[in-house]
Amino acid sequence: MELLRTPPPIRRLPLPDPEPATEVMAPAGAGFSAARRSIGAPQFSIRRMEVDGVSISYGGKRAVRDVSLPIRQGEVLALIGPSGCGKTTLLRSLNRLTELTATARLEGSIRLDDVDVTLIEPTLLRRRVTMVFQQPNPFPMSVFDNVAYVLREQGSRRARRRTLEPAVHSALQRAGLFDEVKDNLRHPALKLSGGQQQRLCIARALAAEPEVLLLDEPCSALDPQSTQVIEDLIVKLRDDVAVVIVTHNLQQAYRIADHVAFMYLGDLVEYGGATALFGSPREQRTREYVSGAFG
Amino acid sequence: MEASISTAVAAGHSGAAAPPPPGKHGAAVEGSATWRLGDRIGLAICWGLGLLFCAIAVAVALYLFVQGITYLKPAMLTTPAASGFSQSESGGFSDALIGTLMVATLGIVLALPVGIAIAVWLVEYGRPAALARVAESTIEAIAGIPSIVLALFGTVIFSSSALAFLSRSNEGVVFGKSFFAAGAMLSLVALPLIVASVREGLNSIPRHVREASYAVGKTKAATTRRILLPACRPQVATGAVLGLGRIIGDTAIIVVLLGATQNFGPVEGAPFPLDYLRGVGTTLTNFVYEASPTGNLNQPQKAYAAAFVLLIMILILNAIVDLIHRRSRKVGTWSS
Ligand SMILES: Nc1ncnc2c1ncn2[C@@H]1O[C@H](COP(=O)(O)OP(=O)(O)OP(=O)(O)O)[C@@H](O)[C@H]1O
Ligand SMILES: [Mg+2]
Repeated sequence: MELLRTPPPIRRLPLPDPEPATEVMAPAGAGFSAARRSIGAPQFSIRRMEVDGVSISYGGKRAVRDVSLPIRQGEVLALIGPSGCGKTTLLRSLNRLTELTATARLEGSIRLDDVDVTLIEPTLLRRRVTMVFQQPNPFPMSVFDNVAYVLREQGSRRARRRTLEPAVHSALQRAGLFDEVKDNLRHPALKLSGGQQQRLCIARALAAEPEVLLLDEPCSALDPQSTQVIEDLIVKLRDDVAVVIVTHNLQQAYRIADHVAFMYLGDLVEYGGATALFGSPREQRTREYVSGAFG
Repeated sequence: MEASISTAVAAGHSGAAAPPPPGKHGAAVEGSATWRLGDRIGLAICWGLGLLFCAIAVAVALYLFVQGITYLKPAMLTTPAASGFSQSESGGFSDALIGTLMVATLGIVLALPVGIAIAVWLVEYGRPAALARVAESTIEAIAGIPSIVLALFGTVIFSSSALAFLSRSNEGVVFGKSFFAAGAMLSLVALPLIVASVREGLNSIPRHVREASYAVGKTKAATTRRILLPACRPQVATGAVLGLGRIIGDTAIIVVLLGATQNFGPVEGAPFPLDYLRGVGTTLTNFVYEASPTGNLNQPQKAYAAAFVLLIMILILNAIVDLIHRRSRKVGTWSS
């Protein structure tokens, strides 16, 4: 098959085959201090990506083993698990960032709207599946230019400020940052607070109009207040983009995720609705891991 | 010639010697009263040597300032050297001053893009790995080669008939001495400093910053051009300024490849800037050497005046580096 160099004509699918909304029942067990933010929000979810029998190894050392799961628009998928279990590795494989590691090998297939991601030109894929990292990493330029950089052609500075303004503003608005920075768009982005920086990174990732948004522990470097702002934001975003978030904070996963995948030593141990997985885990290892957070 | 060789050797080493890492006692100096006697004597020696170096530096600077202010006349900066028996008849050193500016410009214009390109290739690509290793050690080797050796090498290259257009030639014999030749070889002197500084800058950018750019669909080239190089602008500037300092201070290459005539010797018949660039000339360092008591001109007052001008130039360069670094702190950097 030929490499896809242009996006398929219809990027936002209509709702052909609505899958049932995620469970919104109250948790079965007691002791859940966290309130579910997402309750009642998504009515439908559409399958956008499909991870199918994916194994990833670094120079022969397995980091992810035979993982299969769906990624849906209209919901938040949380990847949880102890350190080193392969969450980041799996997340990075979704937009082929793993390929930047020379030793990494991937087996199995990952599909975006039924097209294998290896058939999509990487820079195009990475505009459809964008990523936000653990450390806030705004580029050393102004707030405006951080977002404009994403909108401009490769390496070009040609697009004028005026023409980019609406798109930049809308991305900042979607990331819930616009009101705070609208008077300081020319200020250096690295002088924002950590939480603002991370929301700028989300704005950057949204400016590409992605279909899937990957977040790797986006709140781990932030204070509780910024964390809350970003959690609200993520829940709001899931109607337009499929959101996958890696988190070490189980309460956070419970608060914002619709589905949760628990990984352990590279294996996908359990995948299920958030309330089900936290309330009545099927696997012993899940139960042990989850019980630590919800005592 | 000994003077110029030794300055070249000294210059070759000063860049390679990194400031020593802070000692393990560095953080606990206030507790030195409880140290063993040997350690305390060591500390005292360190202090003493430090003060001694400061004293020497201050003495040199002060002496040059006093001498310079005494002997420097504004007219010296605008009159070319002339042959004359006394110091009052022999003109100034405007040709040397302009010559210094010329070799500095030529050298840095050549060295900067090449140095940045090499650094980007080494840090961002590093492929093929074997070639990258060879390039790395070649640059280290160049940094260690005394500039007089580079100069000798330059005479071979620039006397070749293929490069006749870079200097004067007479009946098929290529002279091989010109601003072009000296500038090209001086760019080699500056190159290792630029490469090292830009590499340091690139290496200090966390990996996730690059990946954040790739993760919104940018290519490596676009990332380098728009994110990485702008981010290490201070290091690029530092490398350039350090390189300039080295170029301005070099004597050996000037003597061997610039002809070290006391005046410009433009090539007749060539169009304007090319006639001077293909011709011979001199620089301030060479003028200082020639005007010093060991040189042919023996007019020490002008040597001091010229040395003073050199010192001012170096101080300005240092101030620029300082300014750039202070500016860059205003932009901020990534945590961790
Ligand atoms: N670039 C790499 N080269 C070699 N091995 C790697 C690389 N990146 C990750 N690994 C290995 O792959 C395994 C999974 O790592 P990964 O970063 O995906 O874990 P993680 O679940 O994200 O952990 P954490 O919660 O600490 O971020 C680990 O054993 C790690 O050592
Ligand atoms: Mg991780």
